Amino acid sequence: MTALAVEHATMPVLGRLDPHATRDEVIAHVAEAARQIRIQDAKLVHFAGAGHIGGDFSAIDVLATLYGAVLNVTPETVDDPERDRFILSKGHVAGALYTTLAAFGFLEVAELATFLKPLSRLNGHPNRTKVPGVEANTGPLGHGLPIAVGHAISAKLDVSRRRTYVLTGDGELQEGSNWEAMMAASQYELDSLTVIVDRNRLQQGATTRETNDLDPLDQKAAAFGFAVVEVNGHDHGELLDVLSSAPFRPGKPTFVIAHTHKGHPISFMANNVAWHHKVPNEGQLAQALDELSLPAPSTSN
Amino acid sequence: MTTTDTPPVSGSIADRPRFDCRDAYVRTLADLAQADHRIVGVVNDSVGSSKLDAFKKAFPDRLINVGIAEQDMVGVAAGLANGGRIPFVSAASCFLTGRALEQIKADVAYSDRNVKLCGMSPGMAYGELGPTHHSIEDIAWLRAIDNMIIVVPASPIETAAAMRWAAVTHGPAFIRVSRMAVPEIYDADYEFVPGRAHIVTAGDDVTIISNGTVLWRAIAASEQLATEGIAARVISMPTVKPLDTDAVLAAARETKGIVTAEEATTAGSLGGAVAETVVQHHPTRMTILGVPEFAPTGSAGFLLDRYGMSAAGIADAARALVTG
Repeated sequence: MTALAVEHATMPVLGRLDPHATRDEVIAHVAEAARQIRIQDAKLVHFAGAGHIGGDFSAIDVLATLYGAVLNVTPETVDDPERDRFILSKGHVAGALYTTLAAFGFLEVAELATFLKPLSRLNGHPNRTKVPGVEANTGPLGHGLPIAVGHAISAKLDVSRRRTYVLTGDGELQEGSNWEAMMAASQYELDSLTVIVDRNRLQQGATTRETNDLDPLDQKAAAFGFAVVEVNGHDHGELLDVLSSAPFRPGKPTFVIAHTHKGHPISFMANNVAWHHKVPNEGQLAQALDELSLPAPSTSN
Repeated sequence: MTTTDTPPVSGSIADRPRFDCRDAYVRTLADLAQADHRIVGVVNDSVGSSKLDAFKKAFPDRLINVGIAEQDMVGVAAGLANGGRIPFVSAASCFLTGRALEQIKADVAYSDRNVKLCGMSPGMAYGELGPTHHSIEDIAWLRAIDNMIIVVPASPIETAAAMRWAAVTHGPAFIRVSRMAVPEIYDADYEFVPGRAHIVTAGDDVTIISNGTVLWRAIAASEQLATEGIAARVISMPTVKPLDTDAVLAAARETKGIVTAEEATTAGSLGGAVAETVVQHHPTRMTILGVPEFAPTGSAGFLLDRYGMSAAGIADAARALVTG
């Protein structure tokens, strides 16, 4: 316990690459960021004794790609009206968001050790008035997409090129407010809006299929007026290409179905519903860190 | 503008001409939008019921109609505020506050977004349409939410003044906009200050605290009591949250009791706020008038009378505190 405690908050701050970096360099940078974020996040959950590690790990590749290579926002421009907006609708993966923000310099890495501690600003769900880089106080599901639509409308009114990204869970799409917002996004032709669905097919206690099946999700999103793209949500190259290329159809908002696995890539967590909010014990943490000790092979071609 | 032909001749407030506050609302919103490009309207198909047709013609891009989708409407307003806009959400208060309560809590209040929630046709304004369309709960629901200023204007001038204040003040606010016609109570230079009550009738025997559509009825009650030699203090309390506790406690100390009267539930609205204050700091006798149940079929005026909020009913409640 103590050996690990000492190195609780040791993640390097990676920042952004030079804009002239090659695609391969960017992908390698994002992959390394995602690996470091997972290492730090596993410690975060272990030492806090709580968290949503399964969902954290399914979302971290999307978060690392967005903050590492896509979003036009930096620690210096968190209040710039023309920054891109990223809204984490699945607010319960706040640990992954905080860790990602720290990896890219928005938060001090050392502060991550306060996660869930009394009076910490790193609450179990993010608070924009306390944590720089957070755009909305999410937690109740189905809130992020309407907020993202509102922001995208504001950008359109301003004739601004700023973009809006929102990450939702897949189980979260069972909330009707998402579909209200998708109708509005289509009606207002918000092609600066990209909805990313963390399609890990697991919700709190069961699969989405067993609970309230979302499929055919691609057809549903298309019927609601979105340009639909499916990607491997753990492939940084695919994520980079898609997230930086939207919109795909003029006048249409983009719907990215990111196929992921909860707990990816840890052998005993991946795709295991028990790891929705289970906390790794010392042995499990050691094994997870061991599995994350080598840079992941690039899955992109 | 006026909804009655009665000329403003008599001294009684009951005989003055009456106005639909939505007219002041739309006029003020257009003025504010003209002066500040950040101001937008957000509606749930409620263009007609909010009387926003002229606004839509004048500012076609700045009336965001998300359709019949209140949760989306409030979330979109929070997102517009994130983008630097100042949204005035205009929707029937029953649907705005009931259907989107969690968005009001999380996206607006907790996120501290500069969103103005304008509850149209609140209370029992929809009369015979019944309790599904009544919005007697809105004040009690929103009072429970931190970082939310709650305003219940009593007249067109107060409605406009509250909107002008909201437009230039950062933060969440809820403003009730009455459709049931009310007489004007204030002078044209009236300035709205949140948390500030106004003594509209002086008196030291008993106090009546009211707001919204019931305030003029409270003033009429004080006219009636005056003929009996009872000097009732009528306090206009446009801001339910934050409450002007100084005005409440002065009334508790200086008069024999407090009647609250409002077009809202008797559980946790203005009456509850006043009671919470006096019971902790200066206990006094109180009667809370309001709507205690899902109301039966009837017009708003009929129902207010039924629940003891005619001038005579309010006078009865006040008299009982003096003589009882």
